Amino acid sequence: MENSAKNNPVEFNPELDVSKDDINAYLDSQDRTSIYDFKDDESSFYKLDSGLTEEIVNKISEEKHDPEWMHEFRLKSLDLYNKIPVPQWGSPIDGLNMDNIVTYVRPNTDMKASWDDVPEEIKSAFDRLGIPQAEHDYLAGVGAQYDSELVYHNLQESVAAKGVVYSDLESAMTGEYADMVKEYFMKLVPPTDHKFAALHGAVWSGGSFVYVPKGVTVEVPLQSYFRLNAKGAGQFEHTLIIVDEGADLHFIEGCSAPKWNVANLHAGCVELYVKKNARLRYSTIENWSKNMYNLNTKRALVEEGARMEWVSGSFGSHVSYLYPTTILKGRDSQCDYTGITFSGKGQNLDTGCRMVHLGENTSSLVTAKSLSKDGGINTFRSSIEVMPSATGSKSSVDCSSLMLDDISRSDTIPEIDVRTADCNIGHEAKIGRISDDAVFYLMSRGISEEEARSMIVSGFANPISKELPLEYAAEMNNLIKLEMEGA
Amino acid sequence: MGDNLLKVEDLSVGIESGTILHNINLTISSGETHVLMGPNGAGKSTLGNALMGNPAYKIEGGKIIFDGEDITELSADKRARAGMFMSFQNPLEVPGISLESFIRNAIRQKTGKPVKIFQFKKDMEEIMKLLDMDPSYAERDLNVGFSGGEKKKAEILQMLMLSPKFAILDETDSGLDVDAVRTVSKGIKEYQKKFGGALLIVTHNANILESLDVDYTHVIVKGNLVKTGGPEIIGTVNEKGFESFIEEAAK
Repeated sequence: MENSAKNNPVEFNPELDVSKDDINAYLDSQDRTSIYDFKDDESSFYKLDSGLTEEIVNKISEEKHDPEWMHEFRLKSLDLYNKIPVPQWGSPIDGLNMDNIVTYVRPNTDMKASWDDVPEEIKSAFDRLGIPQAEHDYLAGVGAQYDSELVYHNLQESVAAKGVVYSDLESAMTGEYADMVKEYFMKLVPPTDHKFAALHGAVWSGGSFVYVPKGVTVEVPLQSYFRLNAKGAGQFEHTLIIVDEGADLHFIEGCSAPKWNVANLHAGCVELYVKKNARLRYSTIENWSKNMYNLNTKRALVEEGARMEWVSGSFGSHVSYLYPTTILKGRDSQCDYTGITFSGKGQNLDTGCRMVHLGENTSSLVTAKSLSKDGGINTFRSSIEVMPSATGSKSSVDCSSLMLDDISRSDTIPEIDVRTADCNIGHEAKIGRISDDAVFYLMSRGISEEEARSMIVSGFANPISKELPLEYAAEMNNLIKLEMEGA
Repeated sequence: MGDNLLKVEDLSVGIESGTILHNINLTISSGETHVLMGPNGAGKSTLGNALMGNPAYKIEGGKIIFDGEDITELSADKRARAGMFMSFQNPLEVPGISLESFIRNAIRQKTGKPVKIFQFKKDMEEIMKLLDMDPSYAERDLNVGFSGGEKKKAEILQMLMLSPKFAILDETDSGLDVDAVRTVSKGIKEYQKKFGGALLIVTHNANILESLDVDYTHVIVKGNLVKTGGPEIIGTVNEKGFESFIEEAAK
């Protein structure tokens, strides 16, 4: 019993520790293909390409009263979608039913599920998470409206007094900020990026537009949850946020309730522009139903002296590809990424983040945690790229994975691409399990085994939950407890 | 008194690599303080862990009766709820949960009733004062970054807050300086006095016992209880070590 390493409830084996020599060796071996590049595979592309036609895209555009530029944008994106192959490097997405998705995006099709079709586990999760009945219907995709209009409206009014614009993207596209939308829309995530970005460009629908004027601090977090009822949101929604110079915003997207959708693809897009000396915190908890392919693209552009903070909780979905990218463009810009991923039975979640250091003295800090149980697979990918211009930059990646049984899997795939000697890079990855000694310790105080494991897991997740607003942290803890049941 | 709160009958305990304890018999009644001494590797901690229900230690034979109930097959949490407690030799660090909310949680789970916050806070403050613990420790994550001494004090704090009928103190004095040993002893005395609690103090040195009233002393050598007697045995061990007991065991 005299083993001090056993004093931690989570037993870790250091897996990787990159030294400066490693980085130099790495520099010499440069010019590898980025993990974010897509390889050509014509066959799979043709297999999946059926049904999304110009006619459908025209109809979407018409229904949304797109300005002409957006109509053209959609058609160009469609063309790209038909040309770009399906990515082959990550978790398999063979189960993705493109026909279904195409039917879903076809306007005026009523593809609502019936309450009877909603899986039992989702219904009971609603109850246990304390989601009101009205929201049940919306979240389950059986009710079109969730009556949050009032809350949303009040929130909108309170920030409008400060000149903050918070609306759905469709109305922003034709309103007072039309030029701004045109200037920024899909500039950070162009439809050329990958197949699902192209799909998004062609059929996007719903989402949020936020503009915070110079020097304005938004005191309360803006929460997209309150406007979930926007038509078509939650499938191909687009979030565009511009935080102007010296301004400060916390935006929260998503909610802890599992969202059930008939079509099983989520290809949303998030573009965040953080101007000089501004700060943006972007928090998400995503809990997609377990039939969902969550292929979401998120990117932030950070200017001089500005700060970007990602707080990300990924639960649910069948397969996820989620790697928020931050481009630290301006000197002295900073980014913190704090994320947790929980994958259970039948789930293959491929998450992580990418930091691109362009400006001098830029810094990035990555804290990632993952949990896997019941055969769930977690892959953590990080890509830290330090360009020659980014002298004096710092980056630190800390990734720890907890496997809750013997049949689950956890992989860490870090990539570090450093092109200047004048920088400081650190990477640490740990993979472990819950220690039996820790469980016994808690049980010796009268705590049940299930509760003891749950306490240890909550403690492991604590660095992430403490970054969330209180009610979201509580929701996340409930979610972890729910996922832990029967572990 | 004499109620046989804990009755260990012919208990044999092993781990994967083999049997450690052989046919242990031990009876402890309410309010009694027993000391278990023995050289390193004799099986002292194994007995403590087996009594508390550590699943790493397998019961190969015999029975443990606690408070009239056969608890041989019960899990540790159920033993704790029945009134057992163990102060760990190496208390585990649990990030993300404060010492205070951990104790509150444990009391709630043990009693099945909500904890009265005001009384709870008052009790906890008093005990922390008695144990010479800085009040800020209540808010800190359980044992995380605590010094060896603070960890042991936190164990005694938990014991006093959970008020068990019977507590095992596994090497609570090991690695402590003289002052810390004295403070911890104060806590143990409080437990004897206030709750009339029964104790099994597992130790291989006698410092912690100086200021405590001891009823019985047991000596364990190579997994066998070789001697049971009064507090005078502690003196023998102090003077001569375990040599004579080892020789006796070899006969």
